[in-house]
Amino acid sequence: MANLNLVQAINLALIQEMEKDERVLLLGEDIGLNGGVFRVTDGLQARFGKSRVVDTPLAESGIIGTAIGLAMAGLRPIPEIQFEGFLGPAYDQITTHAARMRTRTRGAFTIPLTIRIPVGGGIHAPELHSDSPEAIYAHTPGLKVVMPSSPYDAKGLLISAIRDPDPVMFFEPKRIYRSFREEVPEDEYTLPLGKARTVCSGNELTIVSWGASVVQCMQAIEKSGRDIELVDLRTIYPFDIDAIEESVKKTGRCVIVHEAPLTCGFGAEISARIMERCFLHLEAPVQRVTGFDTIMPYYKLELDYLPDAHRISRAIDDCLAY
Amino acid sequence: MGYSYPPSANMTRSAIADFPMPITTAFSTEIKRVSILDEHGSFDESLGKGLIPDPDLLRLYEAMVTCRILDEIAFRLQRSGRMGTYPQNMGQEATSLGASYVLNKDDWMVTCYRENCGLFWRGVPMESILLHWMGDERGNAMPREHFTTPIAVPIGTQMLHATGLAWAAKYRGEKRIAATFFGDGASSEGDFHEACNFAANLEIPVVFVCQNNFWAISSPATVNCSAPTVAQRAIAYGMPTIQVDGNDLFAVVKVMRDATAWVREHGKPHFIEMVTYRLGDHTTADDARRYRDQLEVDKWKGRDPITRIFNYMKSRSLWDDAKEAALRERCEKAANDAVARAEGIVDPQKNEFFDSMYHELPADLVLQRDTRQTHSLGQSESASLTASSSH
Repeated sequence: MANLNLVQAINLALIQEMEKDERVLLLGEDIGLNGGVFRVTDGLQARFGKSRVVDTPLAESGIIGTAIGLAMAGLRPIPEIQFEGFLGPAYDQITTHAARMRTRTRGAFTIPLTIRIPVGGGIHAPELHSDSPEAIYAHTPGLKVVMPSSPYDAKGLLISAIRDPDPVMFFEPKRIYRSFREEVPEDEYTLPLGKARTVCSGNELTIVSWGASVVQCMQAIEKSGRDIELVDLRTIYPFDIDAIEESVKKTGRCVIVHEAPLTCGFGAEISARIMERCFLHLEAPVQRVTGFDTIMPYYKLELDYLPDAHRISRAIDDCLAY
Repeated sequence: MGYSYPPSANMTRSAIADFPMPITTAFSTEIKRVSILDEHGSFDESLGKGLIPDPDLLRLYEAMVTCRILDEIAFRLQRSGRMGTYPQNMGQEATSLGASYVLNKDDWMVTCYRENCGLFWRGVPMESILLHWMGDERGNAMPREHFTTPIAVPIGTQMLHATGLAWAAKYRGEKRIAATFFGDGASSEGDFHEACNFAANLEIPVVFVCQNNFWAISSPATVNCSAPTVAQRAIAYGMPTIQVDGNDLFAVVKVMRDATAWVREHGKPHFIEMVTYRLGDHTTADDARRYRDQLEVDKWKGRDPITRIFNYMKSRSLWDDAKEAALRERCEKAANDAVARAEGIVDPQKNEFFDSMYHELPADLVLQRDTRQTHSLGQSESASLTASSSH
């Protein structure tokens, strides 16, 4: 076991998959000598050479479009998009090709692609460096969407994503890149995509969250002193509705927490599914604590935008009191 | 002009192709490079004489020094936690300044994030730029009379906006043109190519100014352009193009003046590659020592655009150490005053980020703003509290 932060855990996962499988190669802006702007790929070019850790031109559509070609040829490319705010130019390639290739060729071509993307706010970053667009990609059939909330999960989920035969959007929450460490096995291991994790068990209320928000949820739960269950989705698509159903049928109350805006955030889908599956078990309407339906503000106000323990606590109280 | 115009080859194309047997040259061109005042003090009188009147040169010099001092202060503000991530402009002052000096005040200046000096020249307050990097959108509230767009953070996207802005001028029959600024890295983005192609084919009066500073974060220019110049990319779109020593204020002014005159006359785009160097890190979040050689940086420090003008003015007895000391004091005061204004602004209200979302805020957003909640129970409770307290 090693005591690693999330950056180190991902770095280790990349090393192990690259050592194991020659088809795996990395491409992106500044990922080589510079090790990526967050240093996630630090040391990998020195270790694996310039043909496997490739500094590309500054062109996101180019990065994803060529990665699709690499994947169609049977390789396992792992492109990095430097910040989620720069996914825009790549959106075309992701949604019109990566997501559709398997079905439009009826399986003749597949896209075993893992796109790594730092995501989310809370780090005092400049404009377009703090958004949470996961629901956009969950709404794109053909993609898988993953967002870990801890170093241990990051390593196991990333290895699964790399080995997955379909395209995976692997969102890495910047806010917890270096905020804490935990024990991470040095050996390789996988965590299944599509399976949630029960962070803590409880009987009074269920919180569903993912990514960096899980940390705020833990703070709110500790503050509340109530018997609350926290389900970390880990994978946003496909998502573990069975785990949510089981928990909500037990507690009868649910609060969903995410950084992305409220309207059409992935919480909306979860809420609808809970209504469909747990209608007669519900003691209170499902509540969502999310970013507001505004543009993510610059950093002076970002903490007034992001869901925090205070807002989550209020939702817990209101939901329990209903 | 000192060189024939347009500076690159004739771009006319005939619909009828002749194919003389067996092999002829379908097209050839060359890229001109312009330098007037070099780092050793050599000055080309034929191009440079009378180009910038002495009183203007003094003002331009002061603008560069002020910008440099502000840049240094901004760096220290970031390091002491008083400012967010900041991209230093150090070493690139002459490019945007020379261009801005030539542009009319009602031409559009469409920039990315390393054109502070040119923006300040046309009247954008220094505190606006500081506020932007202090994480405050109010820094982007540029008065429309500056004909300036807010800092563009994504790469190359603003080139299309400049093309649209100039298109609007053409549509309305205005004389206005647009100049847009971007780096060598941007020349990889699709938007770069789309902007060049639109402007050329639709005949839009826009000047594309590439600040080739050799580094796109850690990528040397060769990662983004394998050709010997970025300037030649414009050839493929059929527009005149030229390369200039971007650390030579005189050459920048000369080339910009010729290009804008040509654009105004022909209503078509023109490309300029200004060769300069990013003396600082990409931003304060970057550490360039990881990927570039200090010897290279030192070499470029010897080509500093500010030192060059300082030496030139001294050689012409326009300048001395006493004047320099007085100017530095003035510039430092101006920069520090701007910092004080930026830091002195009252923090935005917690809900300020709702205010400019729409012309009219949808009811659902009003509820989110007023309750500061997204969970429905909290919204209904807070809303009823608000309603009862207002009675």
